[in-house]
This record gives sequence, structure tokens and C-alpha cells, in this order.
Amino acid sequence: MIKVEDLHKNYGKLEVLKGITTTIEAGEVVAIIGPSGSGKSTFLRCMNLLENPTSGKIFVGGQDVTDKKTNIMKVRQNVGMVFQHFHLFPHKTVLQNLTYAPIKVKGLAKAEAEKIAFDLLDRVGLAEKANEYPTRLSGGQKQRVAIARALAMEPDVMLFDEPTSALDPEMVKEVLEVMKSLAHTGMTMAIVTHEMGFAREVADRVLFLDGGVLVEDAKPQEFFTKPKSKRAQDFLQKML
Amino acid sequence: MNLDFAQFIPSMPYILEGIFVTLKIVILAGIIGFILGIILSLFKISKYKFLGWFADAYTSIFRGTPLVLQLMLIYYGSPQLMGYQIEPYTAAILSFALNSGAYISEIIRAGIQAIDKGQQEAAMALGVPYSKMMWDIILPQALKNILPALMNEFITLTKESAIVTTIGVMDIMRRSYQVGAENYSFFEPLLIAGLIYYLMVVTLTFLGKVVERRMRRSD
Repeated sequence: MIKVEDLHKNYGKLEVLKGITTTIEAGEVVAIIGPSGSGKSTFLRCMNLLENPTSGKIFVGGQDVTDKKTNIMKVRQNVGMVFQHFHLFPHKTVLQNLTYAPIKVKGLAKAEAEKIAFDLLDRVGLAEKANEYPTRLSGGQKQRVAIARALAMEPDVMLFDEPTSALDPEMVKEVLEVMKSLAHTGMTMAIVTHEMGFAREVADRVLFLDGGVLVEDAKPQEFFTKPKSKRAQDFLQKML
Repeated sequence: MNLDFAQFIPSMPYILEGIFVTLKIVILAGIIGFILGIILSLFKISKYKFLGWFADAYTSIFRGTPLVLQLMLIYYGSPQLMGYQIEPYTAAILSFALNSGAYISEIIRAGIQAIDKGQQEAAMALGVPYSKMMWDIILPQALKNILPALMNEFITLTKESAIVTTIGVMDIMRRSYQVGAENYSFFEPLLIAGLIYYLMVVTLTFLGKVVERRMRRSD
């Protein structure tokens, strides 16, 4: 589904990603973890070209997104993204947030887009909030709406960039529950997270990044019980 | 102080007619200036350096010279610029639109840049093309924030329109002045003109508040 080959990213002289190679299979749930500044968010943001890679290749569904000839807008329609700070459109209602892109980008009829939107709002348990504006929602509700908004485009892959890091502790669970049920539907997911319990329980694979390098790529049971590298051991010691 | 307003009552319809002249200039110039302002502000944040350079130069010139000079250059310069003498009224609308476009572009640019970068990223991640993102996501949010500054600009435009008197447009100001000249008494008609301008600005302020309240629905 997603294939990354020798991905490098520099900001001026600072090298954030130092050659990452990995593959995410269709239906796989991959947790990307690592200390802050390890480049994990940058890595994720390269997958839909919110960051332009300095070098290397990224294939999404067989298309090379780093190729100038690729229509990145088309690719992005197939790659949903959920941000740490939600980024809902504040001047649109919850329903409009969900229907905007399907109508304006995919050209769906309004009625059809609204049907999809209501189904999704049902799934994230927020159908009664359809006509509210985002300011009226709690952080956890906003993030559930943001997930539903991304899903409204019916993407093949979902990227999550620290989806629970900006939430009050009591709201983390409701968002993780939504993500867990999404994982069970067979959605391909790449999740940058600090929620080790969630990664362990839900992920099929863990990618551990440190200093812009992919240090470990392992099954969660392996990674969390006997991490091979010293850096991962140190990291887990601090986290758990 | 002996004020005699009674002698000006017959002249009132003549002065009041000027309201329509002033309004026509202000509304048309305001609309054109606003559209021009949006275009210039988009130039300023464009990734194409040339467009940004052009818009900056434009703003610099129109902000850096007096409005009354621009008005006269356009009016008296039109035979040399365009090959024929344009109407004073046209020159007035043109110069005010071009001038306020420069100011409005700066207001809108600031408004756009104040919108969280995440809004743009969220739209991009959904595959929304740049033009739709600007029009549907960024500009509506920016306009809401800059509405008070825009109202300021329209109020200034309304008052400053009085300088069209200098090229002979029959606006409120010129009519009051003429009435004063006919009666050898300027003070009263000018006070009347002042009151009319003030009431127009108060109305504009009120309308601005109504629009602002409508836009704050989502708060």
C-alpha cells in the first residue's frame, strides 16, 4: 500500500530523516513511535506530501508521490489524515466539515455526501452534533469529527499524527476506541503516537524512530517485551 | 453666533441629491477596490515571486502618494493616458477603487496570514485544490477577523470621497459649497454637509455590526 525507499528530509542543514525504507501493507496498522524530534511526524507527513522529501521515493497505492508528474491532489483524496490539533473548519458545521470535500472535490451530490456523513457520525457517536459548530465540541469530540471528516472521502489509507496528544486525559479513550474499531474494519493505518498501550494492543507492527533513523521494525509483542536496540530499551524505560 | 438655517431650506433637496452621487462613487469604488484587494493579497502570498513583487510595488505607489493627486492625475491625465477625456465621475470611481485596493490588499493579506496553517494543511490533506481552499476555507475565516478593519477602510472611503469636489463631481460637498456661495454664507450648508456625512458613516457602522454579528454565528 505504502512503500518508502531511502527517504531523506533536510531543513536547511538539519537532517531530520536519514534514509528510511519500509513498506506498509494493505490492511496493516502500523504504530510509529519514538522520542520527540525523532522525525516520526515528518515521516508521516511525507506520505501525503505535506512535507516535500529531500530525496528518496514514496509509493502510495503504486503511485510515486515524489514524482512531479503524479497528481498529488488525486493521491491525497485516497489518503486521510488526522492531526494533533484537529484542524476542523471552524466556520462550518460538523456536517459541513464532513461533506465539504466529498462534494467539492469528489463531486458527490449533497444528499449522497450527507448520507455518508451521517453514517460516519453515527459510527463515531456524534450524530446529534451534526449541526453544531466545532467550537461547541470538546477536544475528544473534535478529534472524532476530524476522523469522520477524513473517512468521508472514503480513503484507502489513514494517517494519524499524534491524534491524542492534544487531548485532556479523560478524552483520550473515546478517540482511541474509534481508532480501534476503525482498525478492525481492515483500514490501512499509520499512527504516530505516544500511547504505548494502544500501540501494543492495536498495531500489527511498530516502527521505532530515533534521530531520523528507523531503528526497529518489529511486532508489538517483540518490541515491547524485548526491544533489540539500546535506544529502544532506554526509550521504553522512560515511557512505561 | 447667528445661525440661520431657514434660508437654506429651499436648497436642501439640491444638497441631498448629492448623497446619491457620493453613494454611487463609494459603493462602486468599494466593490471594485475590495475585489482588487483580494486579487492583490493573493498575489502577495503567492509562491510566484513576480506577482508578489508587482502587488508590493502597486501598494507602495498608491499608499505613498496623496489620493487627491491620484484623482487629478487620472482625471487630467486621461487624454494623454487613454486618448480621450473621461468623466469626472469615472475618474473618481477609478482612483478611489485603485487606491482602496492597495489598502484593502494589506488588510486581507494580514487576515489570511493570521489563519492557522493547519487549516490549509487540513484542506490539502483532503485533496482540496488551492483555489477552492482559498475561497471556501481561508478567505471566509480571514474576512470574519478583518471585518472591523475593512469597515474602517469603507468609512475612510466615504469621508474622503469629498475630495472629488476638486474635479467638479457634484457630490454632497460640492453642492453644499455652491449653496454657500449663492447665499454668501458657507457655515450653515457646510454644517449640513458634515451632518450628512456623519449620518452616512453611522449607518455604515451599524451595517458593519450587523454583518459582524451574522459572521459570529459559528463562535
